[in-house]
Amino acid sequence: MNDLIKKLVEAYGPSGFEDQMRALIRPEIEKYADEISVDALGNLIAHKKGDGSGLKVMVAAHMDEIGVMITHITEEGFCRFTNIGGVYSHTLLGGRVQFADGRIGVIHSDRITDRSKIYGLDKHFIDVGANGRDDCPVQVGDAAGFHREFVVNGKMLSAKSMDDRIGCVVAIEAMKRLKQTPHDVYFVFSVQEEIGTRGAEAAANHLDPDVGIALDVTTTGDVPEAIPMAVSLGKGTAIKVKDAGMIAHHGLVQLMKKRASEASIPYQLEVLTGGSTDARSIQIANGGAAAGCISIPCRYVHSQSETVHADDVENSIKLLVELLAKPMEL
Amino acid sequence: MDIHKLLKTLTETPGPSGYEDQIAAVIEELWQPCVDTITRDRVGSLIATKRATKNGRTPPRRILLAAHMDEIALMVRDVEEHNGNGFLRVTSIGGVDTRQVFGQLVVVHGRKNLTGVVGCLPARLLPEEKQDKPFDFEDLLVDVGLPIETVNNQISIGDFISFRQPLLKLMNKRVAGKSLDNRASVAAVTVCLEQLRQRQHAWEVIAVATAQEETRLLGAYTTAFALQPDAAIAIDVTFGKGPGANEHVTHELGGGPALDLGPNVHTGMFNALKATAEELELNINIETHQRASGTDAHGLQIARAGIPTAIVAIPLRYMHTMVESVALKDIERAGRLLAEFIVGLDEEFLGKLAKGMMEEESKQ
Amino acid sequence: MNELLKNLTEAVGVSGEEKEIRRIIRDLIADHVDEWHVDTMGSLIALKKGTGASPLRVMVDAHMDEVGLMVTGFDSNGTLKFDTVGGFDDRTLLGKVVQVGSEKVTGVIGGRPVHLSTPAQRNSVVKVDAMRIDIGAKNEDAAKGKVKLGDRAAFVTAYEELGATAVAKAFDNRAGCAALVELLRARPYPFDLYAAFTVQEEVGLRGAQAAAYGIDPDAALVLECTPAYDLPNKNDVSPNVALGKGPSIYVMDSITVQDPRLVRHILQTAVTHNIPYQIRQPGGGGTNTGAIQRTRRPIPAATIAVPGRYAHTPTMMINLDDYAHVVKLAQLTLQGLTTEIVKRN
Ligand SMILES: [Zn+2]
Ligand SMILES: [Zn+2]
Ligand SMILES: [Zn+2]
Repeated sequence: MNDLIKKLVEAYGPSGFEDQMRALIRPEIEKYADEISVDALGNLIAHKKGDGSGLKVMVAAHMDEIGVMITHITEEGFCRFTNIGGVYSHTLLGGRVQFADGRIGVIHSDRITDRSKIYGLDKHFIDVGANGRDDCPVQVGDAAGFHREFVVNGKMLSAKSMDDRIGCVVAIEAMKRLKQTPHDVYFVFSVQEEIGTRGAEAAANHLDPDVGIALDVTTTGDVPEAIPMAVSLGKGTAIKVKDAGMIAHHGLVQLMKKRASEASIPYQLEVLTGGSTDARSIQIANGGAAAGCISIPCRYVHSQSETVHADDVENSIKLLVELLAKPMEL
Repeated sequence: MDIHKLLKTLTETPGPSGYEDQIAAVIEELWQPCVDTITRDRVGSLIATKRATKNGRTPPRRILLAAHMDEIALMVRDVEEHNGNGFLRVTSIGGVDTRQVFGQLVVVHGRKNLTGVVGCLPARLLPEEKQDKPFDFEDLLVDVGLPIETVNNQISIGDFISFRQPLLKLMNKRVAGKSLDNRASVAAVTVCLEQLRQRQHAWEVIAVATAQEETRLLGAYTTAFALQPDAAIAIDVTFGKGPGANEHVTHELGGGPALDLGPNVHTGMFNALKATAEELELNINIETHQRASGTDAHGLQIARAGIPTAIVAIPLRYMHTMVESVALKDIERAGRLLAEFIVGLDEEFLGKLAKGMMEEESKQ
Repeated sequence: MNELLKNLTEAVGVSGEEKEIRRIIRDLIADHVDEWHVDTMGSLIALKKGTGASPLRVMVDAHMDEVGLMVTGFDSNGTLKFDTVGGFDDRTLLGKVVQVGSEKVTGVIGGRPVHLSTPAQRNSVVKVDAMRIDIGAKNEDAAKGKVKLGDRAAFVTAYEELGATAVAKAFDNRAGCAALVELLRARPYPFDLYAAFTVQEEVGLRGAQAAAYGIDPDAALVLECTPAYDLPNKNDVSPNVALGKGPSIYVMDSITVQDPRLVRHILQTAVTHNIPYQIRQPGGGGTNTGAIQRTRRPIPAATIAVPGRYAHTPTMMINLDDYAHVVKLAQLTLQGLTTEIVKRN
């Protein structure tokens, strides 16, 4: 599975520019879907048919990642940029970005006069090796994702864009393992999550599911001075009860707990005070859906070293398969 | 109808956003005798339909009345042990003002209901930067007075915590209590449905107790989309004149319901409700919003290709506290206004609304 | 003098109360479209039938509402309390002239005279709730005789051309509306074109969302007037868009990423026909694209905008060549729009 993770986390795909991700994921799932389509916004939708006795279930993992977009090229050929999604300047210095064509740029900031201060994004720039504006191979409006190698530290897996390529991995693996399901399941590899869960909303609008399950990362409370939170790395998949954007469907939460207990899958309950996921959009789109989220605990979310635990990933896959393989009474 | 008794049941039943089962059951029982069908949808809104009782168009036009039934509350975020005792760290469901919760009694809805108090370290033990500042959820905790083992056994992360405040009678037929936002409006819809039993109406009435308004207007968006009514009215509370609120545009308790005017409201709907009130010689107030109304109307209005929407609001003091206050008379008036408005709806109504936008016919 | 821009910018239509501007636009387009109607939200939707060459349904949006004020109360001395509708910097309001309500009662926005202000007051921003509209009424009753609670107020600025540039209120987005009127007056497109003059953009892109749902198009083009900050600036900061440099094309704003395929098509059209253009600096702001894109299946959408300085003030400024180029670019973009461009599988 680490090969698949490496392939997905290292790929390029900031919000709105997910073409390469789509091309990577599609061959992985083709064998396991009855039908595959791409909608107007670029969501990759794989339909796995049920036996007619179940519900219509939408599973969403977003394939987009946070990134930057070039806003200005200086006379000398340095690129100023703005954020795509939640990019924070304290994570940037010394970082590298990759553009759609594979070109790499390095990030630095204007002269720092006060080291105790964090400077805004507008004080940072990207150097792509250009000698001047006319020579610059990058244009205003070009998007870039971060560039960082996937690292395996025992069971700890670190990379950029674990948020939410690890969710995509969970979805792909679950598709492989799910032999039979009573439900009409739509696996949506969604776009534009990081700029407002827009892709999943569009997909839910036209799929009109009864149940929506997002697969995404959640922060943990197990690092120094973290916001107190009862989720830790390696202690199991996390079942979302509430986050800043939604309250998960109570019946669905109960069902997830039940399925986890039945199959002896370790789980934790998640009450997240910041951030939200695609489930938020699925819940409100169209006539509404019972929505919840299986979260993969992740340290250092929205940095270039997002870190997850292999056991949590495995347990998330197991829980998703258990849920989808059996009837859902909500 | 004894509105006080009605409100006592409604306000004392817990129903935080996302956990509306208990309050929905109470409302279902109240509305059952007045309506033809009653169901709950997937996000938890309670949907009651009263068929048209006067001959008219088939199928009949439909008006949706939306009063949210959910209330603000707390949720367990973490359990902490100290000297063998279990303390709960919490977060808010909806817009809880953390200045109001210290010292309140609460009910923790664990395996069974447990009474708790909202506690905090005394000021002198809080760090320097927290002096002279309101307490926040970093400092506040819920104390159920039980050892950690019992707490772990009885309570889990994600359990909700409701406030515990019985309904109080004040002077001048006013009442005070928790969750009058928006159970006062649920009571008004109940009054309306009760009055419609005796009346003939050509439009079908869909009364919805919406879920999760306090967090994201969820029930308004989803029911309006799914049910596609021809018109909609959101019933909610608005700011009553009172301490701290007088310098804003607010309304006297007992001075009648307020009709809201602004981008979320169809001017034609507003005018029609106002005309009904004038015919009834019923006291009303007019209020305005400039951007979002902060009510279910915001969601109802843009469902699908748009729905003509209005807002009827009941003046209320001390919104989002445990001592919200309303005048019973305003609830009765709001209910009567809604009922009379519905009785007056006819086949020409939608045409009149369209004419109000532009006198000439459209070009086909 | 561009009469179309003059008529449209001088008309009133504050978000949520767009009656006057709606009627004016209807009169301008009625003879050039096959159908029109007003939707529930108040948006004016018109159909210009295509030649039949293409099966697409295409929506072109221009919001017709403008930012303004709303009367929220009356003082006993006859002055009017108000609040803002749409985004304002409080500092733009003091000392401005407004027209209130459908009767267009003239009023001025007053505040404490500088002579009576303490040094501290002089150095602080006067907040909206401390300002009043004065229509000259002697007392509350006299004011209520002229103005109703909830009445909207708009700035009063006569359209004026200063060489290549023009000054007016509400270029955001009457410039877009004017461009859309011109598109409707031109020859038919290969496909059925649905023009949507939408309401309530300035209070959350609401009209366009409902209109897009109702029209259910295959693609949408949004015509806007985007804020330009091309003023003298000491720092080497990024210019966003500049007056006179051509139509400004959105790539990403604070709400969405514009459909890359449509953006590519617009840029190619500009290059092919030698029309100047500038990429609007990504980030910040937002247009109806954000709302249209989330509707239905969803709907691919992109934005072409006229750069305008001093947005959301009584005195906006645009360049008339930019405006003409926006019309031309939008027209050619539409004429060249094919099923291939928006197809995906
Ligand atoms: Zn994510
Ligand atoms: Zn409320
Ligand atoms: Zn605009």
